Amino acid sequence: MIENFKEVIRAAFVIARRDFTAIIFSKSFFFFLLGPLFPLIIGLAAGGLGKQVNQDIDRPFIGVALSEGETKKLISARSALAENLGNSTIPELIILPEVAADDPDIQRHLDKATQPLTAIISGTLEKPRLTGTEQDVKRWQGRTALLAETALKGSSPIAVETDYVAATGSSKKRTQLLTAQGGQIVLVLLTMILAGMVLSNLVEEKTNKIIEILAAAIPMDAIFLGKLFAMLGMALVGITVWSTLGAIGLFFILPDLPNLPAPAVGWPIFCLLLVVYFSMAYLLLGSLFLGIGAMATTVREVQTLSMPVTMGQLLVFFLAAMSVTKLGETIEWFAVIFPFSSPFAMIARAAQMDNLWQHGAAILWQALFTLIIIRFSVMLFRRNVMKSGQAARKKSLIARVAGR
Amino acid sequence: MTSTSPDIAIEARQIVKRFDGDTAVDGIDLTIKKGSIFGILGPNGAGKTTTLRMLLGIIDPDEGERYLLGSADPISKAHKVGYLPEERGLYQSMKAFDAIAFMGALRGLPLAEGRKRGREMMENHGLGDAVDKQIRALSKGMAQTVQLLGTIVHEPDLIILDEPFSGLDALNQGKLERLIRGQADRGVTVIFSTHVIAHAERLCEEIAIIADGKVPFKGKVSTARDRLRPQVHLETRELDGPWRSSIPADCEPLGHNWHFTLPESGVEPLLEALIQGKAGIESLSIERPGLHDAFVHIAGEAAAKKMDADAAADALGEAA
Repeated sequence: MIENFKEVIRAAFVIARRDFTAIIFSKSFFFFLLGPLFPLIIGLAAGGLGKQVNQDIDRPFIGVALSEGETKKLISARSALAENLGNSTIPELIILPEVAADDPDIQRHLDKATQPLTAIISGTLEKPRLTGTEQDVKRWQGRTALLAETALKGSSPIAVETDYVAATGSSKKRTQLLTAQGGQIVLVLLTMILAGMVLSNLVEEKTNKIIEILAAAIPMDAIFLGKLFAMLGMALVGITVWSTLGAIGLFFILPDLPNLPAPAVGWPIFCLLLVVYFSMAYLLLGSLFLGIGAMATTVREVQTLSMPVTMGQLLVFFLAAMSVTKLGETIEWFAVIFPFSSPFAMIARAAQMDNLWQHGAAILWQALFTLIIIRFSVMLFRRNVMKSGQAARKKSLIARVAGR
Repeated sequence: MTSTSPDIAIEARQIVKRFDGDTAVDGIDLTIKKGSIFGILGPNGAGKTTTLRMLLGIIDPDEGERYLLGSADPISKAHKVGYLPEERGLYQSMKAFDAIAFMGALRGLPLAEGRKRGREMMENHGLGDAVDKQIRALSKGMAQTVQLLGTIVHEPDLIILDEPFSGLDALNQGKLERLIRGQADRGVTVIFSTHVIAHAERLCEEIAIIADGKVPFKGKVSTARDRLRPQVHLETRELDGPWRSSIPADCEPLGHNWHFTLPESGVEPLLEALIQGKAGIESLSIERPGLHDAFVHIAGEAAAKKMDADAAADALGEAA
């Protein structure tokens, strides 16, 4: 058993080494490295897609702990300002009727608020106090003053008192949610860009008739595994190049980087998990695509398969994205357990939950499922593709994929 | 699971393969001894490639058992086997010596050793100038030679070649025959399939003829030849006389030439009858049938049997 496994790994390495060097030293790899530029350019040209996404994610909610009359005035002022300046420029106001305007422990309410709050306005409209993290308070201080001035319909400027807290439960929760979403988007984008390439991976062997030499020499599992490892290696090289160039670029453009919200497991482990979960997502989707692509005999068939495959990836992304704010709920558990969305759901968990054991279990589950897919793909491939005779060539693509 | 005899390179017991209900291989039995050159002959589409693929473990039989070098799991013996498929293929961007090394590496030969051997083998086969060329830059014949060298670079105990002579010119066919003999002299078992009988006749000690997924003949080449009676080519001055009864009744002369199968009674009674009957023998030759004739005869018989069986099945179907 162990000898067999060793042989599979040895043979897989032979395939991986050939594929890896063939890809890395090809001219097309340079264009592959340039690949991310295209969506970036399109994104920028389409009117600041990134800005819009950021606004959607980072929408502020400010709690209002004022007297009932002043609260009404403030809400009216917000409506008026939103009408004139646009809804997105003015923070959403959440009334906190249970909090007294002169409550001495506002931070406690920030921590226990059911909805993540950026800050809380307390005191009076003439002398408002804004409580929150220094970063949030400085950001929203001006607009809080504007709201108060509008509410009082006065001409004199209002000075907003500030009350800084190091971190609040809700701000931490909110920032971790941002990290979760960011991590998930990075994973999904990279997987979408890279895993689809696996679809056409066996076409070279099939058009060059090399597949029979490989199939006669080493276990078919080793061929599939070797190809996946080679493509994963290539993807990781690409990611290393992109992230290094990105980091250098950021260093020159933004030398004073803002403090990024720390994920629950901490940055080093989060980064490590990001790489591991990318690898798992890549292996899971890649093994499926390799299996489907192996059924195709021509490049045209591969192109035909690309569309449903992309759609499938989008569905997985929607599932994962939907579950990110629903930690512990049924939909989130489903995303965690469903193998194809599991890496995306788990990176979101890494940002929001600090227990590590679940990642070990998830990685094992994902690895096991990858092996199951490879086995199944190999079985289909051997049954439907590796055979001589007219019957094999006459079969339709659908029949081959379905194993009929 | 292993086969019983260590002297057997390949053993197949009643292997069957069906594709979409069509039976491509229908209960083939084969036993190939180690150290022999064995030919698998058959017309196109007879089931030769499917049989070889099953023997090599590329596909599994639907029924029956097969053992390669004693193992029921042929891939586990891959490091001792060299295989040249019918449809040749190499990575086009690889350098020639690297392609040989890669094929060796697949079968367990260290890459560095494979590269060294690859260079040496190419130089020994007159391809020294092409060692560092990419496969796409080689001629078809050169690429085929490279693939053949890749098949044997790891010094296998068993070499299986599927239609190795197809696509080669006469010169390269001769080289390949010499290479096969050379391997056999080293004690390597060589099995090759072909539909060109002359190669098998020159190289093989034993053959199997595959027709319509069955094996109507397997054994020594001489035994196959003996399936047919010798052919008599006779030229006489006379066209009729008492000697005429010694010639098969259905044999009609072409001018004064007669061609017929030697009667069961043999040469001497025929000669006696011709001389005593004053046939006036101008020339007489008795030709032993070649493997080609035997092959056509055996394959033809198998095809006729298949046609009869199909017709009977059709008739049964219509009656039902």
